[in-house]
Amino acid sequence: MKIKFWGVRGSIPTPGPSTVKYGGNTTCIEIRTDDNDLIILDAGTGIHALAQNLLKEMPVQAHIFITHTHWDHIQGLPFFIPIFIPNNHIKIYGGIDPVTNETINRALSVQLQYSFFPIREAQLNARIEYATVKPGVPVHVGRAVITPIVLSHPVLNFGYRIDCDGQSVFFTGDYEPQLNIYDPEDDEYAEFQSFVDAKWDEVVLAMKDVDALIVDSSYTNEEYASKQGWGHGTYDSGIKLATAAKAKKLFFTHHEPTRSDTSLEIIYQNLLQNNPGTGCELLLAQEGIDISL
Amino acid sequence: MQNSKNEKLLVLVEKMPAFPKSVQQVVQLTSDINASAKDIIRVIECDPVMTVRILKAINSSFYGLPQKITSVQRAVVHIGLNTIKNIALGVAAMGMLNADNKANFNTSDFLLHSLTTAAISKLLAERIGLSSTECGDCFVAGLLHDFGKVVFAEFIPDEFKLALEKSQEQQLPLHQTELEFIGLNHSQAGRILAEKWELSGPLIDAIAHHHELEHSPNVLRDCVFAANQVSKRMHFGDGGNPVIEAFPASIIARFGLDLPAMCEALGDLESVKIEAQSFINL
Repeated sequence: MKIKFWGVRGSIPTPGPSTVKYGGNTTCIEIRTDDNDLIILDAGTGIHALAQNLLKEMPVQAHIFITHTHWDHIQGLPFFIPIFIPNNHIKIYGGIDPVTNETINRALSVQLQYSFFPIREAQLNARIEYATVKPGVPVHVGRAVITPIVLSHPVLNFGYRIDCDGQSVFFTGDYEPQLNIYDPEDDEYAEFQSFVDAKWDEVVLAMKDVDALIVDSSYTNEEYASKQGWGHGTYDSGIKLATAAKAKKLFFTHHEPTRSDTSLEIIYQNLLQNNPGTGCELLLAQEGIDISL
Repeated sequence: MQNSKNEKLLVLVEKMPAFPKSVQQVVQLTSDINASAKDIIRVIECDPVMTVRILKAINSSFYGLPQKITSVQRAVVHIGLNTIKNIALGVAAMGMLNADNKANFNTSDFLLHSLTTAAISKLLAERIGLSSTECGDCFVAGLLHDFGKVVFAEFIPDEFKLALEKSQEQQLPLHQTELEFIGLNHSQAGRILAEKWELSGPLIDAIAHHHELEHSPNVLRDCVFAANQVSKRMHFGDGGNPVIEAFPASIIARFGLDLPAMCEALGDLESVKIEAQSFINL
């Protein structure tokens, strides 16, 4: 498998001189199997540049897995040029939102409305298909197997594990490992902690032994202190996951929007210094770099 | 005929509003960006309508979870607080359960009985050394055991009124008079709903058989049965059923005490009542 990041930024695109190196587009990851099947994880603004690249290989068959429907993960869908071109086949996968009971087709249809976009959904020329995925139920794309798991975020969010030809990748989407909401002196503390521990074990099992683990690591520990409950992880929570799951490579992504290339690299150098024995290669997700597993 | 009646009931229950105090508190707490997670969860897990709506959403086959989610707290850990908060807010948007129903069923008294049965059921589970998860499940089972009654009051008030009146006048078990006037009793109705909502097996069983102990052994159901009688004996509301059942041999064997001795052993339960009332009185 090969991986390429087309968007690594969290929340909002951040173009400009301070983000040139790592990139300012929001989440989009291209995965190519050895058979060249195309799996795309999330459709943030990064998907536009990926689309330009795909124009050379029409007709396109793309399988887009949406982790969750927050804006920065779906905003690029109307700009995914292959949806306008006949003979392309685009399949979009996602969950059913337990609050709205809406399926993933809403992620595109809600954007293609008169007030927000000039083209109607009915005018898309490619064959667009939608598929509802369920946690723990594998989906097949060629020889790849994609397995979703629910990961805590302020909206339904799936982490996806992709296994193909003996290699594996796991992407968390946006994920804040659940903390105990009770204080140690509360009666409910122990029971809640047992749920937290059980979920942690389930999550670690889902990403066990992956070749590449891509995690939402928006914050430093200092920043996280005032951002608990916002739905994002830290560099350290990413390392904890990778260590427990024995991941071979750990990619930090969903870079905080105000984070410059320079500050990202300072944080990265500190992480390398402070975590010498993880047994896992630590890497910053960077737009446009090809990664072979 | 009964099946089509049940189908109709299932559709109606989807729109059933929650209890006034919890609706008010959920609206208030979800409007405050600094509200604590535990305060929000406490309100939701003390309202039977909000609790079932969350368990139903999370246990739906759309999610195909290998293990059923049996409590609101577990649902929070699984999917995150914000989603749970928004499901509760959706329930709150359906309005408030009307205290003046045509059946003359006292919904505050019902909620007091449900909440105290829940709390006592958890206490009993702790007494016999169940795990903290099982103790939490006992709370949920106690809270939901009489859910069928509030559905009757809301949607089949005329027949339920007759059942309530005959039960009071002749001191008959309510589940018996319900059968006579409605054709099914609240535990059967609760079972149909709980199965439709894909709740956990032990929870369905506890709701379905809290008046029929000879059915298969179920520690959750036994805790609910015993707590139900303790709650009534302590005058913490009776959910419209004036009959207090003595502990049969299987319950005495489970807890090592009969009903009067258990009430004695549990000591002063006034704090249980006061806490429950804080979730009821506006």
